Amino acid sequence: MSVLVYTEIGKGKIKKASLEAVNYGRRIAAQLNTSVTAIIVGGDADISDLGRAGAKKVLKLKNDKLSNFDGKYLAEAIEQAANAENATIIIFSHDFTGKEVAPRIAAKFKAGIVAGAVDNPVISGDSFSVMKNVFSGKATAVYSINSAKKIISLLPNSFPVILMDETAEVVDFAVNLDNVTSPVKVKEVKKDTSELNLPDAELVVSAGRGMKGPENWGMIEELAKSLGAATACSRPVADMHWRPHHEHVGQTGVAIRPNLYFAIGISGAIQHLAGVNGSKTIVVINSDKDAPFFKSADYGIVGDAFEVVPKLIQAIKDFKANQN
Amino acid sequence: MKILVCISNVPDTTTKISFTNNDTTFNTAGVQFVINPFDEWYALVRALELKETLGGNVTIIHVGGADSEPTIRKGLAIGADDAVRIDAEPSDAFAVAEQIAAYAKDKGFDLIMAGKETISYNSAMVGGMLAELLNLPYISLATKLDIAGSVATIEHDIDGGTEVVECPLPLILSANKGMSEARIPNMRGIMAARSKPLTVVAPIASDKLTNIVSYKLTAGRTDCKYIDASTPEKLVELLHTEAKAI
Ligand SMILES: Cc1cc2nc3c(=O)[nH]c(=O)nc-3n(C[C@H](O)[C@H](O)[C@H](O)COP(=O)(O)OP(=O)(O)OC[C@H]3O[C@@H](n4cnc5c(N)ncnc54)[C@H](O)[C@@H]3O)c2cc1C
Ligand SMILES: Nc1ncnc2c1ncn2[C@@H]1O[C@H](COP(=O)(O)O)[C@@H](O)[C@H]1O
Repeated sequence: MSVLVYTEIGKGKIKKASLEAVNYGRRIAAQLNTSVTAIIVGGDADISDLGRAGAKKVLKLKNDKLSNFDGKYLAEAIEQAANAENATIIIFSHDFTGKEVAPRIAAKFKAGIVAGAVDNPVISGDSFSVMKNVFSGKATAVYSINSAKKIISLLPNSFPVILMDETAEVVDFAVNLDNVTSPVKVKEVKKDTSELNLPDAELVVSAGRGMKGPENWGMIEELAKSLGAATACSRPVADMHWRPHHEHVGQTGVAIRPNLYFAIGISGAIQHLAGVNGSKTIVVINSDKDAPFFKSADYGIVGDAFEVVPKLIQAIKDFKANQN
Repeated sequence: MKILVCISNVPDTTTKISFTNNDTTFNTAGVQFVINPFDEWYALVRALELKETLGGNVTIIHVGGADSEPTIRKGLAIGADDAVRIDAEPSDAFAVAEQIAAYAKDKGFDLIMAGKETISYNSAMVGGMLAELLNLPYISLATKLDIAGSVATIEHDIDGGTEVVECPLPLILSANKGMSEARIPNMRGIMAARSKPLTVVAPIASDKLTNIVSYKLTAGRTDCKYIDASTPEKLVELLHTEAKAI
């Protein structure tokens, strides 16, 4: 019996969401008196954080076919690792790869899955239950997983990462994909060049139609820069091509849950809130004191963004200068 | 082209939700149900556009009880040719995928489309499960789809960017924003929908791998602290000392 955690490298190090997943696995393993095995494709970067996050063992999955992260090959590789490790619990993060591969693993093992878990499982005897968000964040539901094997994909940013002074045993794991073929051919990859990946960002500055036009985004970007935040926008802003579509947050865009979300000139429609209501702290800046967003805010400034934002940027710069 | 579009029936986002039976049951009383927006705007509409240029047939499939039929009829009104309802409780993503796979396995669909995720249970799992159960390629979060001959070219979202892939049919995809624009059914479509075939299929036996034990409404934020527009430094201070967010 073991807890298997799928992890990935991004920008030269273990992804934060992967460390959250290993931490999560460590807490489950402690309850079940077992240990965590992390699996990673390639693993040429520094992977020592996997040990620090709680993995006892790391399997580096090796096979040339894995280089494109094709879901079919990856799922087969994870299945082989899960069998070799006798994994009873398999953990993913509920991100792009997780959404592609976790359902395949669930179907392969006919194992119950909770997709998008937000809390630690409650384990007592044979009962195993996990909480997730439902109705786009308007409620949570506790699911009980009834199958012997259990799969959880953890919603990123649900827990802070805790690293300890520990190391993992690292072993190569040769995957056999001789009998597996995938007809999917990758023609082109367009990487988003912004430094901060919106779904991972701890701080997000978002703006809406109240900004009047794309030419006014300079101050939004500057505010984001002063905080080290990623930028986001409401849907009409993306639809009008004022901002790239990957910045669109909400029910039909990306769902994010940063520590701090600034909503500037956004009215706070329910479909927008559905993508951001998991943020820990929400600040709303809006010229209309009756804007619905204030009802979902922790801090509010009623005022014209064109006046407030430049002052706010200055205040943040002063604050940062004082801290150093 | 034979296209199958998976349609789920979800409460409209703007409806207030509540629970009954000691918070163990979702209260459907007074709830406005709609086709899941990802299924309707992106999957179904793109399927119809492809059919209009390439010819063929668009079938919509739903796993659920008879109370979902108004939603299925709406899909027919938008333009699907026929509909299948598998009469089973859609208790989780696997329960849905297992039923759809059992139905679709010998029907020769060239393309099976699901939405990115349902806005009710937000799993984003059904498409990938179907791919595994039917042993077909799966492209998740597709934002563009074109078909030439028997090969699909698909642009889809990946971690930190987008990727363009080519894949021969048949395949399964999940549809994300970008695939197409919403269509509003017209009167002719609504009239025609009444007489289009809606077949009810008996479910296969299946295990309940998960079940919901209880629900809880997310606690709203209670009071917003207002800061005067002329003193944004107060906000910065509160974000540091009180919210500990910066
Ligand atoms: C099925 C469905 C799905 C949807 N999905 C999404 C989604 O994923 N994400 C999303 O964002 N929306 C979504 N929408 C749209 C949503 O309903 C709203 O229409 C949208 O969020 C409004 O965007 P906005 O707040 O930028 O614009 P508006 O509603 O026009 O609000 C602009 C705000 O700016 C304020 N303002 C104006 N001038 C200033 C100023 N000088 N300074 C400060 N404030 C100012 C105004 O008071 C107003 O509150 C969806 C809608 C539907 C029907
Ligand atoms: N009950 C259902 N019947 C048919 N298709 C469904 C059903 N539930 C989900 N789907 C499809 O699967 C997609 C993903 O759903 P989910 O994995 O539940 O988030 C949806 O967008 C639909 O296309």
